[in-house]
Amino acid sequence: MATQLKPDVHADEDAFRTEVQQFLAAHFPAELKGEANALAGVDGPTNETPAQTKWREAVGERGWGTPTWPKEYGGGGLSKAQARILEQEFAKAGAYNPIGGMGVMMFGPTLLEYGNEAQKQEHIPPICRGEIRWCQGYSEPNAGSDLANLQTFAEDKGDHYIVNGQKTWTSGGQWADKCFAIVRTDKSDKHRGISFMLIDMDTPGVEVRPITMISGTSPFCETFFDNVKVPKENLVGEEGQGWTIGKRLLQHERTNISGGGSLARLMGQSLGEIAKKYGATDPDGELADKVLRDRIADFEIRWNSFLLTARRAVEESKAQGGVSEISSVLKKVGTKLSQERSELLIEIRGLQGLGWEGEEFTDGELEAVRGWLFGKATTIYGGSTEIQNNIIAKRVLGMLDHQ
Amino acid sequence: MAVLNEEQEMLRDMARDWATNESPVTEFRKVRAAGEPHAYSAAAYTTMAEMGWAGIIIPEAYGGSDFGFMSAGLVVEELGKTLTASPLVATTVAASAIVLGGSEEQKAKWLPRLASGEAVATLAVDEGAHHDPAAIETSVSGGKLTGTKAFVQEAHGADLFVVAAKDGLYLIEKGDGVSLTTRKLTDQRSHADVAFDGAPADKLANGGDSLLDDVLARAQVLTSAEMLGMAQAVFDTTLDYLKQRVQFNQVLATFQALQHRMADLFADLAQMRSAVEAGLQAVDGGFGVTRAAIIAKAEANRVLHVISNQGIQLHGGIGMTDEYDVGFYLKRARVLEAAWGSSSYLRDRFATLGSY
Repeated sequence: MATQLKPDVHADEDAFRTEVQQFLAAHFPAELKGEANALAGVDGPTNETPAQTKWREAVGERGWGTPTWPKEYGGGGLSKAQARILEQEFAKAGAYNPIGGMGVMMFGPTLLEYGNEAQKQEHIPPICRGEIRWCQGYSEPNAGSDLANLQTFAEDKGDHYIVNGQKTWTSGGQWADKCFAIVRTDKSDKHRGISFMLIDMDTPGVEVRPITMISGTSPFCETFFDNVKVPKENLVGEEGQGWTIGKRLLQHERTNISGGGSLARLMGQSLGEIAKKYGATDPDGELADKVLRDRIADFEIRWNSFLLTARRAVEESKAQGGVSEISSVLKKVGTKLSQERSELLIEIRGLQGLGWEGEEFTDGELEAVRGWLFGKATTIYGGSTEIQNNIIAKRVLGMLDHQ
Repeated sequence: MAVLNEEQEMLRDMARDWATNESPVTEFRKVRAAGEPHAYSAAAYTTMAEMGWAGIIIPEAYGGSDFGFMSAGLVVEELGKTLTASPLVATTVAASAIVLGGSEEQKAKWLPRLASGEAVATLAVDEGAHHDPAAIETSVSGGKLTGTKAFVQEAHGADLFVVAAKDGLYLIEKGDGVSLTTRKLTDQRSHADVAFDGAPADKLANGGDSLLDDVLARAQVLTSAEMLGMAQAVFDTTLDYLKQRVQFNQVLATFQALQHRMADLFADLAQMRSAVEAGLQAVDGGFGVTRAAIIAKAEANRVLHVISNQGIQLHGGIGMTDEYDVGFYLKRARVLEAAWGSSSYLRDRFATLGSY
């Protein structure tokens, strides 16, 4: 569809596009073309090559890894239209965004909303430059879906707190520099007794133990706090405001889990194509297993409508100037379908699709197995599917307890 | 809901107001009670045509507004919400065949009459109880068409049939060589087996080899739009009911088992709406139409099936009564699920399109 824009807008956009192209030509190392951002997730230690470092620093200096964040804190200060151009040009050049992680996805946007000036000045620029890794101190052994039941306690000692307790499922805790945590400052009120504070991971008394998952990897940790001293200036918002701030951050987390690039990446190859490599076909090229063929088509149709739904949520939110109510289903539907796809993939490949290690398996086969196992976490973390259902029923459908 | 332009919003609001105020389900009950074979109110259809709804996909040169299928879908969805009985979908689909495949003369003869509501038309493809456009026996010889079409929708009110024969689509006027056998289905609407015995046939010679597929895609997306309205109505009615009905001194809406079921249905409905709207938009955009229409109808089938069943279950015993509307949606749902492709048919087509 042709969009009628004013000529001067076109000129501005063209100029910006040229600027991005020139930047890419000058700074993007050719050897990194087509690579993914190793730092964007929380799934590995930092071991950058010199080229990767150079690229991260170049993008970070411009603030273009966080294109729409305010310039005064190190962001790009770009309009949405400019950010779109940036994304298009990066994609065209095969260049990844080297700035990522929890600081970008969750903590940064929350701090920009709730942090004081000094906190923003201190913490946002290093996120924009990709220099600091953040981890999330939320869940505890007895505070999972019932997150507000958290017991980690921060005792008021005048100019600082002394924190004691245990967090769990701390993603990337073993590699993180800092932790944003929700802790209890008042034992008498479940929700209003929670505060949001920032803890340096190298403070004495912080101990991190990686947890080995069913997938064989250890992206999550247990984090112990034993008389950890946290200065008062690390409190975000007011004391007791932690539940409100913490929930806001979870909204950012859910958006990333459901609509993020990882799901789109999965779409790479159609399951039907893969199935033809692993199973028998008819003379006319159709899968001989008609039941499997039917189930693959059923899945792919639903997957397509999920992608359409994700797109619709964005368009509606843009048009309404607020979050569209169907955004509430994206996490629940997207994670369920991803799990379903992993299961189908195993079925398509048979035992060849259940390899744990060994050269008899392709990298793709082995990655799929680990992905299938690790993918079980997606309907649990970031607010489990059951919690999503509660939210949809109560907030969106108005099925309240007190009617 | 897709982001609409001003024109579309006005059309949608107009349709919503009219359906709610002038054509609630009580009007469908009147049609049912009247028991006439054409099974709609002629006065209501005249009003609908006067509001321009019969000409939404017809070019302005032939008396239509040429707003496109997304706009037509908005109206059909609103009418589906109240189960408004009318030949609007059938006529729109048949008109699309003439728009795509008709000669100047055929267009000039029929499109203005279809747009004004003066004439009603319908598409006749299948020859058995299942949608199967590959199994057509109807043939034409010397300008005369012979064959029998099964379960033709809105056949009783139709002045014009768009009939699929082995070598393409033909226009056949009601009259000589055309006889109807009423097939009364559970939805209490107009269906008939239509026998053509050497009926004078006028070929739709334009539109190329894909004409039938293109018209079927339009039938699929517009039928899906009606199903979307039905699913939305059952969902809304059921949610209201759960918020009112008290058992164990609690409104049902407070029970978590029911909350989670409604959350699931809400997600399904969101998926269905995305697929149906994308199907309508694909027809207007002219890109990837066949695939988008399959996805739209497959999702419409899947979700309306579940919601129409859950509508009954969640209403409990009262949902089983004829006095309550929810059962009407169930009965119409199954008829539309079978029309222009059952779920298994659509999945087979989808896999074939994907070369597996």
